[in-house]
Amino acid sequence: MKWARVAAIVFLVVVSAACLLADFVAPAPYSHQFRDVPDAAPSRQHLLGTDDLGRDRFSRLLYGTRVSLLLAPAAALLSSLLAALIGGTAGFVGGWLQRSVMAATDLFLSLPWLFLLITVRALLPLNVAPITSVLITFALLGCLGWAAAARVICADARTLGSSDFMLLARASGSSGFRLLWRHLLPNLKPILFAQFWISIPVFILTEANLGILGLGVAEPLPSWGSLLRELESFSAFSGHPWQFVPLILFIVVVSCFHLALQKQELSA
Amino acid sequence: MRRFARHAARILIILLLGGFLGATLVRLAPGFGTDEEELDSRLNQQSIQALRQSHTNDGSLGQFYLHYLTRLLHGDLGTSKTLQQPVTRLLAERFPETLKSVGMGLALGWSLGLALAIVAVMSRSWFIDLFTSLAAGALLCVPAAVLALLFVIAQAPGRLVLGLVVFPKIFRYARNLLARSASLPHVLTARAKGLGGFRVLLWHILPVAAPQLLALAGVSVSLAFAASIPVEVLCDLPGIGQLAWKAAMGRDLQLLVSLTMVVTAVTLVANSASDLVGRSLREGAA
Repeated sequence: MKWARVAAIVFLVVVSAACLLADFVAPAPYSHQFRDVPDAAPSRQHLLGTDDLGRDRFSRLLYGTRVSLLLAPAAALLSSLLAALIGGTAGFVGGWLQRSVMAATDLFLSLPWLFLLITVRALLPLNVAPITSVLITFALLGCLGWAAAARVICADARTLGSSDFMLLARASGSSGFRLLWRHLLPNLKPILFAQFWISIPVFILTEANLGILGLGVAEPLPSWGSLLRELESFSAFSGHPWQFVPLILFIVVVSCFHLALQKQELSA
Repeated sequence: MRRFARHAARILIILLLGGFLGATLVRLAPGFGTDEEELDSRLNQQSIQALRQSHTNDGSLGQFYLHYLTRLLHGDLGTSKTLQQPVTRLLAERFPETLKSVGMGLALGWSLGLALAIVAVMSRSWFIDLFTSLAAGALLCVPAAVLALLFVIAQAPGRLVLGLVVFPKIFRYARNLLARSASLPHVLTARAKGLGGFRVLLWHILPVAAPQLLALAGVSVSLAFAASIPVEVLCDLPGIGQLAWKAAMGRDLQLLVSLTMVVTAVTLVANSASDLVGRSLREGAA
């Protein structure tokens, strides 16, 4: 299945490049309204037609994909760093700290993910600027998604802590920060990288769920959640099959992440 | 009995800690202690003062949590700000609906996932394995909310969505577990001695995989409850998922925290039950 993995990575690179260059590739800004052609069918001017407000769907898809594809990895990075800090330190120090951290992760993992997320989201203002809503959504995902990864990292750090090379390093006089920085962290890298990759599709899916429920990124800024929300207006009688293009792209991109991460899981 | 008590104590501690976390969120949330009624121009200064006084009675966070716990022990979960009804009544009305959806979803997800995993492993056909893995993989990439929307468009019963959310996770885990059990030496020996496929599965593969499969039962309950939010909102099912969404949109933290605690309690009980049954199965096998 090596070819499938390579194809998945190439596809992700192409989609990411197209989204990063959205300012040049997109035929119109994401919020520009073509008021004379609302809900139009695909044409040469509007490759995927326009939405109810006359906004170009192709442009919104490019910008929306950019938001999700840039910020989901950022949130995954944040959660992996938190997991490394909390789980790594707990595993390295051991004793009561490890037990306390494990109890905290137990508590976090017992709370159903979406319930916890919307509870904390509801704490923050709902009527905010689009950019703020993007930052709030992904920062929340990053801050609340560390528990499972911390558990894995803590267990790994514990195993590494009692390994031969660590004992040798201790016997050679290394201690504290040097032991952590020079010996433990480099060996935790593969597992951290795997946790980072695993988190990306999870966060993309969660953002989509939140967006469809109206608790994600605020209009007019598009994200996959808000783009998929448009399916609400789909009717079998009106027959606008191009409305499914964002969903197809979404499924393909998330599948590509799953295909690409198999390698990371194995190497970890 | 000791194990049971340990599990019960663990659930209690987690719920107390979770309750404290929830109470902290409610107490420290912006807008705590203020009331829309204060904007009523008919109220005089004394009435407004009395209203404020009623909110500040809870004092510090510790006192607030103590009041919260006392009310909880008396079965009073407070009043919903958005729906102006006692939370206990809302829960009593809506919880059975969610239990029905979650129960149906779990039954569908488990039967579909387990059946396909058994077919994929026992048939030893690459085509069936690829087809079932692709179907599960594709469903794994679709958000629960999109599945619910598609069911609304197709005018299909929304409760089935929960089954499709649970199915891919059960299938993947069960398939890997059964495949690993099927390659164990004693299973290969049984096959070589000419034992039929059904007997190999029933007597040699499933007993080995059962304790680990049971561990997944608790996790699947949590999954189904989480997915009930988008499903109930989009398919218009009046359960606690829809209630949680309404509470989030109205920033009704009292209701949200109570809902989260109830779902957490159910999840913890399911996890502990699957753990206890799994352990006794393992001990029985040993």
